[in-house]
Amino acid sequence: MKVLVPIKRVVDFNIKVRVKADQSGIDLANLKMSMNPFCEIAVEEAVRLKEAGVAEEVIAVSIGESVCQEQLRAALALGADRAILVETNEQAQPLSIAKVLKAVVKKEAPELVILGKQAIDGDNNQTGQMLAALTGMPQGTFASKLKIADGKAHVTREVDGGLQAVALNLPAIVTTDLRLNEPRYASLPNIMKAKKKPMEVLTPAELGVQLKATVKVLKVELPAERTAGIIVESAAELVDKLKNEAKVI
Amino acid sequence: MQRESMDYDVVVVGAGPAGLSAAIKLRQLAIEKEIGIAVCVLEKGSEVGAHIVSGAVFDTRALDELIRDWKEKGAPLNTPVTREEMHFYTSAKGSIKIPNRFVPAPMHNLGNYIVSLANVCRWLGAQAEALGVDIFTGFAAAEILYHEDGSIKGVATGDRGRNVDGSEKTGFEPGMELHAKYTLFAEGCRGHLGKQLIEKFGLDADSDPQHYGLGLKELWDIDPDKHEPGLVVHGAGWPLSEGDGSGGVFLYHADDNQVAVGLIVDLNYTNPNLSPYDEFQRIKHHPRIAKYLQGGRRVSYGARAITKGGLNSLPKMSMPGALLIGCDAGTLNVAKIKGTHTAMKSGMIAAETIVSAFESGDEGGSELVAYIENFKDSWAFQELRASRNFGAALHKWGVWMGGAWNFIEHNILAARLPITLRDRKSDHEQMAPASNSKPISYPKPDGKLSFDKLSSVFLSNTNHQQDQPCHLTLKDDAVPIATNLALYDAPEQRYCPAGVYEIVEQQGQPQLQINAQNCVHCKTCDIKDPTQNIVWLVPEGSGGPNYPNM
Ligand SMILES: Cc1cc2nc3c(=O)[nH]c(=O)nc-3n(C[C@H](O)[C@H](O)[C@H](O)COP(=O)(O)OP(=O)(O)OC[C@H]3O[C@@H](n4cnc5c(N)ncnc54)[C@H](O)[C@@H]3O)c2cc1C
Ligand code: SF4
Repeated sequence: MKVLVPIKRVVDFNIKVRVKADQSGIDLANLKMSMNPFCEIAVEEAVRLKEAGVAEEVIAVSIGESVCQEQLRAALALGADRAILVETNEQAQPLSIAKVLKAVVKKEAPELVILGKQAIDGDNNQTGQMLAALTGMPQGTFASKLKIADGKAHVTREVDGGLQAVALNLPAIVTTDLRLNEPRYASLPNIMKAKKKPMEVLTPAELGVQLKATVKVLKVELPAERTAGIIVESAAELVDKLKNEAKVI
Repeated sequence: MQRESMDYDVVVVGAGPAGLSAAIKLRQLAIEKEIGIAVCVLEKGSEVGAHIVSGAVFDTRALDELIRDWKEKGAPLNTPVTREEMHFYTSAKGSIKIPNRFVPAPMHNLGNYIVSLANVCRWLGAQAEALGVDIFTGFAAAEILYHEDGSIKGVATGDRGRNVDGSEKTGFEPGMELHAKYTLFAEGCRGHLGKQLIEKFGLDADSDPQHYGLGLKELWDIDPDKHEPGLVVHGAGWPLSEGDGSGGVFLYHADDNQVAVGLIVDLNYTNPNLSPYDEFQRIKHHPRIAKYLQGGRRVSYGARAITKGGLNSLPKMSMPGALLIGCDAGTLNVAKIKGTHTAMKSGMIAAETIVSAFESGDEGGSELVAYIENFKDSWAFQELRASRNFGAALHKWGVWMGGAWNFIEHNILAARLPITLRDRKSDHEQMAPASNSKPISYPKPDGKLSFDKLSSVFLSNTNHQQDQPCHLTLKDDAVPIATNLALYDAPEQRYCPAGVYEIVEQQGQPQLQINAQNCVHCKTCDIKDPTQNIVWLVPEGSGGPNYPNM
């Protein structure tokens, strides 16, 4: 079985980001970039399938600038076999990403695509679902458990108020939730080996896809700072304040 | 447990200017002379530059020699120094501008560049990789390995994935041994392995104790109307002089409407009530500094100790199988308060020495005494020699003030200044009991120019993998309360610039709480703890700050 793992380069989760002065976006200059943590979980899961003898090949793919090769190398160091970079300097939105991935799916014909449920920068939570819609493949999102058996992907999904078990025909799409696994550390020898693993660089045009921005960002701003709370003396005071100060009742 | 190992010709510990320059020079010479030399660099930060805090006014002398076409290669040196000012702060509002002619020659900065040293290191890292150096970021050298004959065999990286109690978590990854013919220790100021080497080989037998400063720094986006790219402002005096401390303020106008503002506090201060962090916060309110910052936005915060004993404190830099380079040894030029160019040069000379040893058939493990000779023949050494009395003489007046003390002495103090030329007492021995020291009351931060410690640490993007064994170790658990609190009112609460140490009440008893996850790896506690009871060890790789362009 071939497993495709799309990964995204995002600002490192340790970084406290700030909004650009003109509110057009987040200022990323000089900041550490890393693989999206949910994508790391996806790579780990794919590598575990390979180690368990279920998958034969794990392919990592990323769409973005040439620096995304760093994150692809990181995926290779974690155990992916080869990587594909679809290089573009344009800011690609979920729908465009999903279209590029559809073309990669067509080219590679994987039986399983494992993606992060969302990226920690845009928090869109759309790409996996869009890819499922575009390819017609079944999807198991927010996976906290994945098992391949009897030619099916058995996915335990984290849904509001509980867990849902679904079985998907292959080829299928799975998106990872936090509890699926705990990614390993890349070892020095594996980082060295990763330098020699194949990395294919394509362009969206070569895959016959045109990137299009369908969503326009109007303004980015910080959440309003919370003001300190007060302790009320009595229920009557609370009601009074809710009525007269907060004007919510 | 048997650890895996990898072999290199040279292993470099630390991707700062010293380590990267050594690695680059090694590969340049290997290519030029067509000999195979495999080099790797270990860096504890999550990426190159993540743990670098500097000013920085950058003297290009070493870089000119290392990579002549640095400009074409896109080195991030964008802002030449255009103008300089030096002030002596007499009070919270008052100041005297020192006329340029009284500023000693080593302190003139025209021809230098204002840079982000973290970005310069990132660029040097890319140059090194292009030359075939393997840089492993997120890997800390945790242990020195020795051959049976006592020579250095290499280092081992730290284990990853241990619980607080030392047990293994799932996904545990044991450390690796890196074996080398020669190991270069380039950990910067107060390297924790360097410290072990100095002790084991008695490298400081013939030198004065090392002296240190703590550098605190912030980056600000300021109002473009107030920004003057290339302007360098230095100052000293108030507020440190109030608490019997000394040090120097810097404010550099870099590119993109940013300024770097910082304070270096000499760590030989005696008053345990002194808080370097709070001194830094209040100096920003001095009109000479505040006028630039008002209306601006603070972008980043960091702190790092500097090694500033100069030549008198420079230990022997060679031992069998290894060399100490850069600030790990203490090559900073005190008169200039610049350590980058001399650190780079010391690394380049180490590389040249190793390559000529290889050329004459050396197979590693020897003591490269030629390194010391070669270093002595270099301009870097000449610089250190020329300024050897500077640091000791200026412990009273602190950094920057250089020969300006002359002006101050005669014009302000009417020649009341005593000067000691040698400084044989270690910084940690200087602390006076709290009962004999005057209290210092620091103003509350206003949230505009000055801030509390925790919101500052927040801006350093510091994190450590949770539940790992504490990397700030105590030789004796009783000392923090029985000695430090009793005698010195627990000074670690104040000198730590990241709020790591807190005295808390537990069942009515005071106790030292160590918030190790906040540690920005400045090394001050390891230096200044009066009884040297705190020992800094490397945490799991990648832990610590994630500095941007500091
Ligand atoms: C606030 C401040 C202002 C300064 N201003 C100037 C200035 O204007 N001009 C100037 O020239 N100099 C200045 N300096 C001094 C200058 O920054 C240093 O001299 C210089 O950085 C020393 O270089 P280095 O390579 O020896 O060490 P460092 O720059 O400290 O680099 C050491 C590297 O090694 C890594 N490391 C340490 N231990 C380990 C380990 N065990 N395993 C793996 N990695 C490890 C560290 O993370 C770091 O990346 C300033 C310093 C400070 C703190
Ligand atoms: S714990 Fe020590 S090394 Fe860490 S920030 Fe505080 S003083 Fe610096």
